[in-house]
Amino acid sequence: MTRVLSRTGLLLGLPVVLLVTWWFASAGSKSFYQPPLETIIKVFPDTWTGARFKSDVFPSLIRLFIGYSLAVLLGITLGVLIGANRRLRALVEPLLEFLRAIPPPVLVPILILIAGIGNPTKVLVIVIGGVWPVLLNTVEGVRGVDEVLSDTCRSYRIGGWLRLRTFILRAASPQIVVGARQALSISIIMMVIGELLGATNGLGYTVVEFQRGFQIPEMWSGVFVLGLLGVLLSLAFTLVERRVLNWYHGARAAERSGH
Amino acid sequence: MLEIKSLRKTYGGQGRTVEALRDITLTVEDGQFVCVVGPSGCGKTTLLRCLGGLLTPTSGEVKVAGQTVTGPPDGLAIVFQEYGRSLFPWLRVAENIELPLKSKGIGRAERRKLVDESLSAVGLGDAGKAYPWQLSGGMQQRVAIARAIAFQPKVMLMDEPFAAVDAQTRADLEDLVRTVWQRFGMTMLFVTHDIDEAVYLGQRVVVLSASPTSVLENLDIDLSDERDQLKTRSEARFVELRTHVYARIQEAKGVAAR
Amino acid sequence: MTTSPLTLRRAGDSPALLGLLGIVGFGALLEILPRVGVLKEEYFPPTSKIIAALIDELGRGGFWQAVIGTVSTWLIGLSIAVVAGIVLGIVIGSVPALRLATASTIEFLRPIPSVALLPLAIVLFSAPIRSILLLVVYASFWQVLIQVLHGVTDVDPVARETAASYRLNRWRQARYLVWPTTLPYAMTGIRLAASVALVLTITGELLIGGTKGIGEEIAVAQSSIAVPSMYALIVVSGLIGLIANLATRRAERLVLAWHPSVRRELPL
Repeated sequence: MTRVLSRTGLLLGLPVVLLVTWWFASAGSKSFYQPPLETIIKVFPDTWTGARFKSDVFPSLIRLFIGYSLAVLLGITLGVLIGANRRLRALVEPLLEFLRAIPPPVLVPILILIAGIGNPTKVLVIVIGGVWPVLLNTVEGVRGVDEVLSDTCRSYRIGGWLRLRTFILRAASPQIVVGARQALSISIIMMVIGELLGATNGLGYTVVEFQRGFQIPEMWSGVFVLGLLGVLLSLAFTLVERRVLNWYHGARAAERSGH
Repeated sequence: MLEIKSLRKTYGGQGRTVEALRDITLTVEDGQFVCVVGPSGCGKTTLLRCLGGLLTPTSGEVKVAGQTVTGPPDGLAIVFQEYGRSLFPWLRVAENIELPLKSKGIGRAERRKLVDESLSAVGLGDAGKAYPWQLSGGMQQRVAIARAIAFQPKVMLMDEPFAAVDAQTRADLEDLVRTVWQRFGMTMLFVTHDIDEAVYLGQRVVVLSASPTSVLENLDIDLSDERDQLKTRSEARFVELRTHVYARIQEAKGVAAR
Repeated sequence: MTTSPLTLRRAGDSPALLGLLGIVGFGALLEILPRVGVLKEEYFPPTSKIIAALIDELGRGGFWQAVIGTVSTWLIGLSIAVVAGIVLGIVIGSVPALRLATASTIEFLRPIPSVALLPLAIVLFSAPIRSILLLVVYASFWQVLIQVLHGVTDVDPVARETAASYRLNRWRQARYLVWPTTLPYAMTGIRLAASVALVLTITGELLIGGTKGIGEEIAVAQSSIAVPSMYALIVVSGLIGLIANLATRRAERLVLAWHPSVRRELPL
């Protein structure tokens, strides 16, 4: 009992200490740019519920969802194709190596030039940033599938869709998940950048508008929202990952215990 | 029936070729249990992979039930040495056994039945819901055998299936393979590097030469069909046979060294 | 008919040749498609025009200042992140209580998207370079810290007991036990951090402006609608990224040449 208590104490201790310190250190703050934590929290509900949630937060989330899903789907599809085909891999590998080295945000101005600043562009911006980690990790995962399992599939004549679904994708899933996680954080970043560079609504847009309009407590609260979004999505991802890779963690643990 | 005619397999290219199999001719009658032994590195696995249609021979021919093998043939199942890597770790035991049946297009009820039957045949009746990595090595290999049984093959190939399990488990698994063979009556080709195991299990033992490999001897094992780890292994005839095979393999190694 | 399968075969046997073919083919495709009108030439200048623009850039003094600016911001940010990540990682990682106490905070701070800090950085710092560095350091610091934390906790318990039984002191344990185990993880972290840092450097330059850098050059080219230059600068940013990747991978191999283990990036 006391051990559980001390554990929770340790887990919650530092965040509480930090928040309390911030609260009191900023309490009497006269600095325009560093408003008291109290003020930030006070403006939070008015700023982010109601109309603004519908006009700015919601559209951002939808775009993020669509863009991220497309990036993952596209990355897995291309990754399986490239990973499973030795010649194709040799053909595109140096090219991919170059393309992925391009920082995705620099493509945003070009995309805006080509496709304007509508929703498709903003989704595309997310796809272009998120697809690389998924693609490259899928290629690695598919390339590294176990030969004995591959032989097993061949000798039992497991082919086509069944093979893809029960063998290739599952065998590559630990790598794909690594890619998908990286893609998630890049997607959030790309979502914000897309909105900073050209948008009329959205989470990133609103935060920058606050900054430009010197609504500093509101701006701080916006940063909170973005941070919270990152944390919540990462949490959700961990839950999904636990389900998808349950077998993987189990097998690894069995291996380590010297089975 | 399993027919192998003048099978030859070379690897490589670009200046350096390695001849793994030189000339293998061998026939296994329907329902026979044949063990293949040879010195280590003699291309036993290459032979088995050619039979299983996983490798294309350089020349010569392999026929399963009268059909020339060009890819993995119908009605043939392989049990690999690396049990830890031949079972799908993301599928439960029952799902592992079921998968090949799915691709065969067998209906759900029939699949269930086959899975249950094969699991109880290997003595793992209640392990269907476990993941392979929750089982010991010997149990994992039992699952691989159950998967092969459920596939209802005419020919079963085993590639040193017990090389990686401990001695006691190994004896149990050997008896299990005999029982399975007697019960289901498939043609069995069992590759091993263990001479005792080959003599104990087979109706016939094929001795291979060192690489480049050919058949050294085709030896009938005239032991009774009822085999027992203690009794059979202490019979005078068993000792004679294993000594003979041992001498042939030593001879083969000597030739290779010279 | 008789020669073409043979040459194809030969190309197929040499991955390097195929790879070159891939790059040349991609370039050719981007040359032809705009020219025949499949892609709008206005937005997709043919490869030859991009190359011409690139050559123009190479002759410009401002361009080289931008390259130097980007690379130095990147290196400064990366160095700060690496030093901070390794030091904090080892300190936190070797004290169990500290590890437990910081775990939730780290898990909370790490997924905060670095660009979320952008408006904050702008209002807090008047010098743009500082704002950019904040983004760069924040984003890449976590990569190093997380890897180092895993490395420190990965020390083989048997080796730890052996060290204890030989009564190695704390410093020696750190030197001969903890550090060698952690190093491969740290190198992985540095490699990941290096590419994240470069992305954030160029992004910061693009969004904040006010410093010499490739990102700002792209923003300038955008506002003057100099499309081929934009593409040329994007190619340059890719090349810098490529060189950075190759360099960190090479450094990783050099540093770990003696190390028996090869670390893979897998779910932690």
